Amino acid sequence: MNYVIEIEGLSKEYEKGFLKKKRVLALDDLTLNVTGGQIFGFLGGNGAGKTTTIKTLMRLQFPTKGSARILGHDIADVQMHRRIGYCPENPYFYDYLTANELMSYFGELFGYDAATRTKKSDELLTAVGIVEKDRKRQLRKFSKGMLQRVGLAQSLINDPEIVFLDEPMSGLDPVGRREIRELIAGLRDKGTTVFMSTHILTDIEALCDEVAILRSGKLAAFGSLQELLGGEEASRNLEINVQSVSAEEIRERIEFIAGASITPRPHGATIHVLDESDIDAVLAVTRDAGGRLGSITPVKQSLEDLFVRD
Amino acid sequence: MPNEGTGFLPRILTIAKNAFREAVRDRILYNLIVFVLLITVSAIFLGELTAGQESRVIINLGMSAVLLFGAFIAIFVGVSLVWKEIEKKTVYSIFSKPVGRGEFIIGKYLGLCTTLFVNVVIMCLGVTLALAYVGGASKTASIWGAGFLIFLELTILTAVAILFSSFSTPALSALLTFFVFLIGHFSSSLLDLAKTIGSSSAIAVFTGIYYALPNLSNFSFILNAAHGDVPTVSFAGFATLYAIGFNAVLLAITVLIFSKRNFK
Ligand SMILES: Nc1ncnc2c1ncn2[C@@H]1O[C@H](COP(=O)(O)OP(=O)(O)OP(=O)(O)O)[C@@H](O)[C@H]1O
Ligand SMILES: [Mg+2]
Repeated sequence: MNYVIEIEGLSKEYEKGFLKKKRVLALDDLTLNVTGGQIFGFLGGNGAGKTTTIKTLMRLQFPTKGSARILGHDIADVQMHRRIGYCPENPYFYDYLTANELMSYFGELFGYDAATRTKKSDELLTAVGIVEKDRKRQLRKFSKGMLQRVGLAQSLINDPEIVFLDEPMSGLDPVGRREIRELIAGLRDKGTTVFMSTHILTDIEALCDEVAILRSGKLAAFGSLQELLGGEEASRNLEINVQSVSAEEIRERIEFIAGASITPRPHGATIHVLDESDIDAVLAVTRDAGGRLGSITPVKQSLEDLFVRD
Repeated sequence: MPNEGTGFLPRILTIAKNAFREAVRDRILYNLIVFVLLITVSAIFLGELTAGQESRVIINLGMSAVLLFGAFIAIFVGVSLVWKEIEKKTVYSIFSKPVGRGEFIIGKYLGLCTTLFVNVVIMCLGVTLALAYVGGASKTASIWGAGFLIFLELTILTAVAILFSSFSTPALSALLTFFVFLIGHFSSSLLDLAKTIGSSSAIAVFTGIYYALPNLSNFSFILNAAHGDVPTVSFAGFATLYAIGFNAVLLAITVLIFSKRNFK
């Protein structure tokens, strides 16, 4: 198998506090191989070590132990960076430059001529939804979500073979999230490998082929999404939202259903049941009390479980 | 299409150009307005006060101001030049590009040197005009000779500021660089002083300081310029080589430190 990212026994220890006495093991002997041409989800809760891993791969910090290779080159090889892209978490750029100037500056670092830079800048900023009039404004006037979009655009300036995205959806509005999701899916169709860190479950389900789950700096799970979620598919929990009825009005009768629980919501309630077969009973009770069905959603408990399980 | 890349020189140049653009947009050249006002006002006053001495006083005052304004920029912009990029995390996107740590340091350094060069040229132009106003145009060459040496001195000061800021805070770096500026101007006198005192330990300490810190008296020419002197080729040549050598050493140490840094 040909891996485009090979991480071997990577550890990173931070020194903290007074006289750097306290130590934090942010990454603990992480070994991970990623095959090319896919969207790879790098998952984990806050502080799990996602950013630490990506920064180490980008040579922004040095590992305490271990090594890594990207596209067959050791991460110490700076020229390998011609073939990769990176969008940092909460990106921040030179605020005295306009979006166009920033793209042009970065393009110049790759040796592109002025015409190519202008063309690429226009294409990419359009793709991430930065409209023409904003491109001539200084980045100090950009909102968080706009900076996130610029961050994505600049990571693609060299048509990278692999792009590392550290929480690419953070700060985006719903429309922006859909647009960026489509953009990322489009990258895979072009053959680009996307290595993406996130803790947003819906993005993972919509995009990722394979995932690795990190917990306290250790690899907790690894595999294709189907592999990791399979088997538990049968017993799916459901959330039923009902309207025009208060939780108090139906609580007693709902709680007769085995394993069901109810929580109040504005203008309605959410009922949690363990199986599809309970839906009818819940609906009957709701109608009796004069309520209406709002929605039924399967709870992605399995992925959530993977996240929180110790 | 895979990126072909480019050589390290074009990359350094690109970074230097951007550093210069940053200085201009951050309104660093605005100091020139203050400078021009200062020099104009003093030229007018001096014309009325000091009969016969105007050109000497203008050069003395003007070029001292060039040095102080320049040193101010070199120190305060120098110490935050790289520090700010780490603090604001702009280094993240830079180093994910095929840019070496050394290329970045040298590019930023050259960018600030360019800013200082433009500054010194404009300030010297101001002094030249003031001098012409008081009727001392014959001493113009002295101004530009002293200005050239001041610029060389500022490049060293910049390199010192960047070196300190590669491992300490901007405030401390500024303080340390200011000390280097002061001691650098007096280190040769201190050495002489130690020799007159004759204590062997004093001589050892001051010899150490003399060689470790840049000897900035190599660039002192303001008093001579005020007398209408122009630096000789050997004086200017030695100063140039000294500056290049010292800068090379300072930058090499900075790159060495910076290459080992973890960005938080
Ligand atoms: N510069 C630093 N100095 C000290 N400790 C750090 C530093 N950066 C990260 N850490 C610690 O390392 C651990 C991993 O942090 P990291 O930023 O990699 O998490 P993450 O998975 O990216 O989390 P998030 O989802 O919140 O972005 C945390 O415990 C954090 O406190
Ligand atoms: Mg993170």
